[in-house]
Amino acid sequence: MAFVVLLALNGLGALLYAIFWAILPVEPVLVPPGTPPGVVPARPKPKRRDPAKLLPFLAIGAGLLLAQSLAGWGGINAILGWLIAVIAVGAGIIWHQTSPEWRRRSEPPERVGWAGAVVGLGDRRTSLLLRFLGGTAVVAVGIISIVVLFGPNSKSGFPVILNGALLALVGSAGVALVAAPVLWRTFGQLRSEREARIREQERAELAAMVHDQVLHTLALIQRSAGDTKAVQRLARGQERMLRNWLYKPTGSPTEQFAAALEEAAAEVEDTYAIQVETVVVGDREVDERLGALVAATREAMVNAARHAKVQTVSLYAEVEPEQVSVFVRDRGTGFDLSTVEDHRHGVRGSIIGRMRRHGGKAEIRSEPGEGTEVRLTLSVSKEES
Amino acid sequence: MSDGRLRVFLVDDHAMFRAGVRAELGVHVDVVGEASTVAEAVAQIGVLVPDVVLLDVHMPDGGGRAVLEAIRRSHPAVRFLALSVSDAAEDVIGLIRAGARGYVTKTISPDELAAAIRRVADGDAVFSPRLAGFVLDAFAARPDAPVADPELDQLTNREREVLRLLARGYAYKEIAKELFISIKTVETHVSNVLRKLQMSNRYELSRWAADRRLV
Repeated sequence: MAFVVLLALNGLGALLYAIFWAILPVEPVLVPPGTPPGVVPARPKPKRRDPAKLLPFLAIGAGLLLAQSLAGWGGINAILGWLIAVIAVGAGIIWHQTSPEWRRRSEPPERVGWAGAVVGLGDRRTSLLLRFLGGTAVVAVGIISIVVLFGPNSKSGFPVILNGALLALVGSAGVALVAAPVLWRTFGQLRSEREARIREQERAELAAMVHDQVLHTLALIQRSAGDTKAVQRLARGQERMLRNWLYKPTGSPTEQFAAALEEAAAEVEDTYAIQVETVVVGDREVDERLGALVAATREAMVNAARHAKVQTVSLYAEVEPEQVSVFVRDRGTGFDLSTVEDHRHGVRGSIIGRMRRHGGKAEIRSEPGEGTEVRLTLSVSKEES
Repeated sequence: MSDGRLRVFLVDDHAMFRAGVRAELGVHVDVVGEASTVAEAVAQIGVLVPDVVLLDVHMPDGGGRAVLEAIRRSHPAVRFLALSVSDAAEDVIGLIRAGARGYVTKTISPDELAAAIRRVADGDAVFSPRLAGFVLDAFAARPDAPVADPELDQLTNREREVLRLLARGYAYKEIAKELFISIKTVETHVSNVLRKLQMSNRYELSRWAADRRLV
């Protein structure tokens, strides 16, 4: 409303309107109108208008007014002045958005999460591009208007507009050419900033892991230095954890046979403070029968850990297209099968019985003093391996 | 052959580990020298010419592989046994393909390590259970993997059996007993597998090597 009143004051209102229009979009693009503040915390908060930014526009406006007053009020010259003002405003938008200083100022003041930062950056990049295109369009419209209204033969309509469009296109290309390096540098800076943030994130993750896991374990080892078993268990558990972290592709123990076996072996290592040397060749998805095979394997390892009196147990599993075999072997005390099998529920029920129920086979070879080997085999369908 | 005591050289960038191995091995072999960097190792091995070099996989400036390549050209008689905390497939395969005759992990017991050194010095191969597992995996019969050279790209049934027993934690002596063959035959099978591992162009092997830019 005030602008309409001001319009009466010969162009000054229009000029001011254009200036405000140029300044204002900075906020609405970043935070769409109607969005309550704080809904998207990762986004930079809208900046208050910087009075200093008005200076160039005021200077342009003053210059134009001066030109107008020299050329006389109203008529063609006033229209020309407004159009030049429009072009100046468009150029101003482009200049304004690509200024590195502006970019730095609109940086989120507080450290935001990595994901949030990416979203924020993506948004800003899009809005930057939009505003750049908008500015270019404004410049183009201004130039076209000038050409149409003041062109050499302003009588004929269409070719002149075409001419103007061509000219505007050339003008826009020129503007783009001028602005491109700045724009490109801005994008480059944004990219490198994001990469730095990702690196920082990774470093923080590593530091957290080292702190939570490794330092903690080392402290525990120092505290239980007298207890060899405890130290070994701690060291092995930590080693396994680091190894998994460094090398292993993550497989879920509930889905993949190899991962399930490794998990069972890790449990036995932790519980009984022994080492299970695990070698698994091939892999396939776990079903109910393979789950039973894992359980039987676990029982065999537990038996070896409890009765063989050794530090190391070998676990070897091979997945073939039609058969899965597991071997659990120790070089421990061994036992005479005929004397112990009756009252050892672990062997009878949990290994032999379980394998039989699921259509597999369990074979135990043991001799006193020679160690024990449990061989488990399960035939499987060929559908996938 | 191993008539006197074997002369062994240690290459590892961890001084604590070198000291430990030196102390453990002292009763079995002569540790004639040690080095902590690739350059130092290459210079000293060239002068001392030991029977076996115990080689750490992961070191700055190219790791064990750099030492292997430098020495194998000038002193082909020096044998290498790779020793590492890592049991990752690409490390193992990379060193073996570069010419190491065996691979053991650093958790190996001193007696076993001494036995492995002796075996390597005699020209045989040393496979840890996990390496045996890798080889079985890599040479698994896959219908989609074309076999360019059957002699190199496939394992015989006997070699497969030997590898399976190795992966199950069997010692050579136990394998021989299990398969009713002599220890010498077991050693021959393992050496043949080592040769295939070094020469074969099977996709899995090349891929492991390529992943680490080892080819």
